[in-house]
Amino acid sequence: MEFLSPSTLEEALEAKHAHPDGVPIMGGTDVMVELNFDKRRPQTLIDLSRVPELAESGPEQGRIRLGAGVSYTRIVDGLGTSAPALAKASRTVASPQIRNRGTVGGNLGGASPAGDTHPALLATDAVVELASVRGRRTVPAREFYLSLRETACREDELITAVLLPEPTGPQQFAKIGTRNSMVIAVTSFSLALDPHTRTVGTGLGAAAPTPVRAETAEEFLAAEFDWENGSNLSEATVRRFGDLVASAARPIDDQRGSAEYRKHALAVMARRALSWSVTDYRKGATRCA
Amino acid sequence: MRVTFNVNGEDVSADNVWPGESLLYVLRERLGLPGSKNACEQGECGSCTVYFDGETACSCMIAAGQAQGRQVRTVEGLAQGHGKGTDERPLGAVQEAFVEAGAVQCGFCTPGLLVQTDDLLERTVGARGQAPDDAEIREALAGNLCRCTGYEKIIDAVHLAAERRAQAGSGA
Repeated sequence: MEFLSPSTLEEALEAKHAHPDGVPIMGGTDVMVELNFDKRRPQTLIDLSRVPELAESGPEQGRIRLGAGVSYTRIVDGLGTSAPALAKASRTVASPQIRNRGTVGGNLGGASPAGDTHPALLATDAVVELASVRGRRTVPAREFYLSLRETACREDELITAVLLPEPTGPQQFAKIGTRNSMVIAVTSFSLALDPHTRTVGTGLGAAAPTPVRAETAEEFLAAEFDWENGSNLSEATVRRFGDLVASAARPIDDQRGSAEYRKHALAVMARRALSWSVTDYRKGATRCA
Repeated sequence: MRVTFNVNGEDVSADNVWPGESLLYVLRERLGLPGSKNACEQGECGSCTVYFDGETACSCMIAAGQAQGRQVRTVEGLAQGHGKGTDERPLGAVQEAFVEAGAVQCGFCTPGLLVQTDDLLERTVGARGQAPDDAEIREALAGNLCRCTGYEKIIDAVHLAAERRAQAGSGA
């Protein structure tokens, strides 16, 4: 096994170009488990932890450009107001030790349907930045997940950043597990309201072979929601929203939960996230961000 | 490959390291620092927790090559004074508190809990002069599993260590 330690993005892209089957490693929270348990023996490991650009984040043309290698701890500490759904999701990742190491780039690279950040990236219409020696391109998160653990990232590309739109309305994230920490989501849900475009974003985790949106639920809520005043929705509307979210799921039965339970939990989380969002909306705290 | 880094204040090197092995393996099997424990090898149990460039991390999830040139502090480094092992060196304040509170039973999880507690106290008493409350302690130690104690005495130990650290700070 070869271990490559590029110290610039250019070197990292050269390494990925020369070794398309090379496995990028950043926080190691997924890759090292596979190595420790002999589930994977890549010819080449490409260590990205010395590439400064990947660990940077900051505003860029009205969005937050979050380097793919920024740890969850730094997201929780720094992006609570500029990317609330992602920060809330990051807060639920595993344990402090894991949050110190794990990154959104790794979550996207592994593309587990249960990955904690995917629902937030889908709901907020975040954009994934990919780079190779051929250049940079961007892919909306909503087009990034192709099939089980398959993404739009090509074999000579590295995930370099995510671009997070400035929040104009409430953003929520909820996750079901057996305890608060150290759980892979049984299922998870994120909701974002955008008063500027009067649109609704959703993201569902561990609910299908890939992270998915509930587009029918989004359209339903966008039409029903009182964008002027954020007045309370009828119980029937809230229930319908929950049901539409659940119906977008194609979950499986596994050791963490049954498909039926996942659908039930998604409807409950969707209703709760909606009621929290309505309250936030009226407060308007996030609207003037 | 050869990996050189600093552990507990001392520059060390390990030779013939397989690039896919973990920092935990390097510490235990190549450098003779068995304090960090190998239990789950998947970041679930926290018993291999070390400081890695000042932040706590599970050393089983750091590739050996990623440690090149980095600063590592293991449970052995929590005892007072310098050197590789803890023999003949007085225990650190967090270690003393764990002993006194009866927070150790089989002891396998203890090294990870000590490092994670040390970090918690640094971020609370150390940074803002305020001891952590129960919820904060439980949150900080959520990634450290103990199958013996039921955690109550561990939390007592963290309170005790925090109190002492606060007193030492205000008396200084």
